[in-house]
Amino acid sequence: MSMAPVQSSSPIPVVTHTAPSGRLEPKVAARKLNFFYGTNRALKDVSVTLYAKRVTAFIGPSGCGKSTLLRILNRVYDLYPNQRAEGEVLLDGTNILAPGQDINLLRARVGMVFQKPTPFPMSIYENIAFGVRLYERLSKQDLDIRVEQALRRSALWEEVKDKLAANGLSLSGGQQQRLCIARTVAVKPEVILFDEPCSALDPISTAKIEELIDELKDDYTIAIVTHNMQQAARCSDYTAFMYLGELVEFDTTSKMFTSPSDRRTQDYITGRFG
Amino acid sequence: MMDLYRRRRLRNQVVISLSFAATVFGLGWLALILGRLVIEGAGGLSLKVFTEMTPPPGSDGGLLNPIVGSLIITVLAVLIGTPVGILAGTYMAEYGRYSRLTQVVRFINDILLSAPSILIGLFIYEVMVAPMGHFSGVAGAVALAMLVIPVVVRTTEDMLQLVPKELREAASALGMPLAYVIRKVSYRAARAGIVTGVLLAVARISGETAPLLFTALNNQFFSANLNAPMASLPAVIFQFALSPYRDWQRLAWTGALIITLAVLALSIVARALASSRKMS
Repeated sequence: MSMAPVQSSSPIPVVTHTAPSGRLEPKVAARKLNFFYGTNRALKDVSVTLYAKRVTAFIGPSGCGKSTLLRILNRVYDLYPNQRAEGEVLLDGTNILAPGQDINLLRARVGMVFQKPTPFPMSIYENIAFGVRLYERLSKQDLDIRVEQALRRSALWEEVKDKLAANGLSLSGGQQQRLCIARTVAVKPEVILFDEPCSALDPISTAKIEELIDELKDDYTIAIVTHNMQQAARCSDYTAFMYLGELVEFDTTSKMFTSPSDRRTQDYITGRFG
Repeated sequence: MMDLYRRRRLRNQVVISLSFAATVFGLGWLALILGRLVIEGAGGLSLKVFTEMTPPPGSDGGLLNPIVGSLIITVLAVLIGTPVGILAGTYMAEYGRYSRLTQVVRFINDILLSAPSILIGLFIYEVMVAPMGHFSGVAGAVALAMLVIPVVVRTTEDMLQLVPKELREAASALGMPLAYVIRKVSYRAARAGIVTGVLLAVARISGETAPLLFTALNNQFFSANLNAPMASLPAVIFQFALSPYRDWQRLAWTGALIITLAVLALSIVARALASSRKMS
């Protein structure tokens, strides 16, 4: 393919992140990943690395496989018998796709926040305490502290501290989504996967969640799938562009949005297709 | 064009009138049945009905033994049928959602759902009453449990299918084992629907007569012995309504009214639960 010189014609403002301190270490590495829905091949030899304590954004048109990729990283696709992944995903060097892996432990290490807010049909407190109790035996006091920390972390504490016994479903959409983030954070995962976490939310809730992601990356490795390129530009350190099941380009976010090396990447981020 | 429009309007009116007529026709019979039931049965409603035994013809009495018998048999049938139904429904919706076995079980269950209840009665007669050598309350309960199971299987599966897959994924993504996801999340989300299914099953069996005639038979005395024939409202209604005695017939009407009111109450509770599910 001819590599036309690309000017920084991107209309999207790029926020230059202050480089987080510490060495760049790979946390999750996908190698030659293929994925099948039945016989339909949704990913084609995708290799990508998520660096520890960095935010990696996945962008690309609908159906390009970015959500599929995310769903492999904690094997949530395993719930469906006709879905199948081939290749390797190394989490701290261990292949999580290998047989004999404890899927539940894996999922406790790699948390996920979904597109649609999915509070469980129980109280706000229980929504969070529930996941914690699965892996830790805490006293009531410690559990209370953990719930409060999680809610503070997800910027929800002030809004719900007086109604922790209320049903999680009684919250607004944005609050529900932050509750889901709190729930994920509370079990202390190492990686958090966000699958279009803001697509059902209004701009104010979206801003809150973006701030949150920015804070969370001090402690967690984060991957976020988004349709919103401003969002990718605002909150990520690395960006991967996917198209038709392939990973077209992966680079630092500032490089991707100013001088992408692939024509297709540039076409997509300048809105020429997608 | 106007002509076309007028024709369509006319056709619309004709169809609406026909639908209305069909509704009146259907509901009319129901109103007649219920009206007659209330007129004939309400007069006999008194405390005595609930405190005295079924009388010999020509003397005073009530329906205590069949009411207690019906309660015992129904409760036992629900106790037997509900766990089996819920577990089977859970398997079909959660563990075996995509398996071939589930399709087979669903097909057979649908057949069982519409099987004539007299067939169930005969079946239990063959496998329980005949080997035991006598009719018994427990055989009646098992027969009714056979009617409870398919209803509960069906509603449990349907209600669990309605639980959004996102909820299941979210729970799994926290590292929750599937058994936990089902117990703590799916059941909770589907609870009102499952309870509604059980209540509807109770409503279904509370008027069943045929399976009881082959199993629990009847008993004109008070008996809570599950190993002996046991009275039940439908069986007593059957016996008394066909008798030539005026006072027995009146008791039959009263018994029918009691069953109808009980089923009505259950349906209302089921409705209320179902709508509370939609609210949450």
